[in-house]
Amino acid sequence: MVERLAYAFLFTIFLILVPLIGVGILNLQKVFSIFVPYLAFLIFLFGLVYRVLSWATSPQPFKIPLVAGQQRSLKWIKSSYIESPYTKTGVFLRMLLEIIFFRSLLREEKVETHPKKWLLFTSKKALWLGSIIFHYSLLVIALRHLKLFFEPVPSFVSLLHRADSLFEIFLPTVYITDILALLALLFLFFRRILVRQVMYVSYATDYFALLLIISVILSGALVRYFFRVDLFDVKRFTLGLVSFRPYVPEVVGSAFYVHLFLVSFLFAYFPFSKLIHAGGIFLSPTRNLENTSREKRYINPWNYPVKVRSYEEWEDEFREMMREAGIPVEKEEKES
Amino acid sequence: MKRVYDGKKIITGLVLFLAAFTSPFWYNTVFGTFDYVPELKVEKNGKECVKRTSYMKTNHMVLLRFWRDEVVRSGKRIYKKEDGTEIEMSLSGTCLKCHKNKEEFCDRCHGYLGKAPRCWSCHNVPREAKK
Ligand code: HEC
Ligand code: HEC
Ligand code: HEC
Repeated sequence: MVERLAYAFLFTIFLILVPLIGVGILNLQKVFSIFVPYLAFLIFLFGLVYRVLSWATSPQPFKIPLVAGQQRSLKWIKSSYIESPYTKTGVFLRMLLEIIFFRSLLREEKVETHPKKWLLFTSKKALWLGSIIFHYSLLVIALRHLKLFFEPVPSFVSLLHRADSLFEIFLPTVYITDILALLALLFLFFRRILVRQVMYVSYATDYFALLLIISVILSGALVRYFFRVDLFDVKRFTLGLVSFRPYVPEVVGSAFYVHLFLVSFLFAYFPFSKLIHAGGIFLSPTRNLENTSREKRYINPWNYPVKVRSYEEWEDEFREMMREAGIPVEKEEKES
Repeated sequence: MKRVYDGKKIITGLVLFLAAFTSPFWYNTVFGTFDYVPELKVEKNGKECVKRTSYMKTNHMVLLRFWRDEVVRSGKRIYKKEDGTEIEMSLSGTCLKCHKNKEEFCDRCHGYLGKAPRCWSCHNVPREAKK
């Protein structure tokens, strides 16, 4: 189990070394500032379309909603509208709550054995809290970066900057979400190491995804708070990218290139890893189906026409013989 | 050709996402602002900034932080430049003495980057810098 952690660490370090060597030693600024981001973006777009289409073309043999509430049946049994949805609105509400509030994570429970051999379940909210803090901080951080891609800067992006630097501590002002995202990620990472059961089910890719995002945020923080870069020039560079007039920034120092490379890698890696759950959540059949398997017949789309012979046909063929042998038949032929 | 299930919904969602996600590519093209680089007004008059321009570009807020801490915490108000000349450490009194048009210098650059440092709720902007 420890070796999985080691692989993840080694690969992250390798990823950090690539731009350090590429820019710091080989002076491949052009490759790392223009070729790599474009390539990564293309891989992301094609990967995403590929993944979504591969989901969309997978037939779904039965309805498999996972429910946590009473199914609708008899009128006098109270049914759960959202937990076991039976209408489109119910499903919609269920998805909405799942996507916005990560509701299923609230169901995490700690299971212990009591000395008297009871099984004890206690509700745990830590994973939910860490997860929701991380995701929303990352969202804000990503939206903040739009200042580099839009000219004029949309007002909601400026507003986000103001809100995010609300406390005005230090100069350059520390963004609240930078700290929150890092703390939450460290929690999620150590959870996979310190909780034995979670470590047991963690693969190298689970650690790697966390380490990659941690490195992205750390390198970004380095570029902002310590090895500062000329943002004015960086914006020229990013606007150059999105208008297909590439401009190699005059930025000195490799910290910026490490950040750029890790972000590019994250984009390219996204559609082919567990991170694509961001898109997959919309298409997960355990969440987005109505629990109406008893009310409405669901036809498996890969059913092929089976040759069947009904009892009636069989009886039609053998009725004479059956009657002669005294076996009761269902359909008496009137004319005989 | 494989069959696509729920194609209408899924493809609509995908197209909407892609349109939003690639918005920087078409937003700047539509507005024609992709090669806009704001022009910063600096009256040189043979003078130089407090430190090298390349340093000021990236680190002026670090210098301001240093100045503030010196003034507020240590009570020192005189800053020795690299060439030995002494100046007063003052945001309104020194920076804005040279950078007279704050709006076309500080604010324009910060606006380009979606920033608005909140110093001016306390610090005075001299009248000649208010243009
Ligand atoms: C060439 C562009 C440019 C000019 C001109 C400029 N700044 Fe800045 N300023 C920046 C950038 C870039 C940042 C950092 C933004 C970041 O890191 O998020 C910044 C940040 C700051 C900050 C810290 C704000 C914070 O919340 O972190 C202060 C204070 C500041 N500038 C003051 C000034 C003053 C005063 C002037 C005019 C004398 C000025 N700047 C001119 C680009 C500029
Ligand atoms: C809450 C009000 C307030 C805000 C906001 C504020 N300051 Fe100050 N600042 C002060 C006070 C009070 C002093 C002390 C003035 C003195 O002793 O002459 C000071 C002193 C300074 C000084 C040194 C003395 C001088 O006259 O300039 C600097 C530099 C400075 N602040 C920079 C900044 C920067 C940069 C910002 C924005 C990021 C900022 N301050 C925001 C209140 C404020
Ligand atoms: C003696 C006059 C003077 C003072 C005082 C001064 N500056 Fe400057 N500053 C200049 C000049 C001249 C330039 C342009 C240098 C050039 O273009 O090579 C400049 C350039 C800059 C730049 C870089 C702009 C760019 O082209 O990207 C920034 C940022 C800046 N100053 C901020 C400040 C801040 C903040 C202070 C106060 C701490 C300050 N300056 C004090 C004269 C001054």
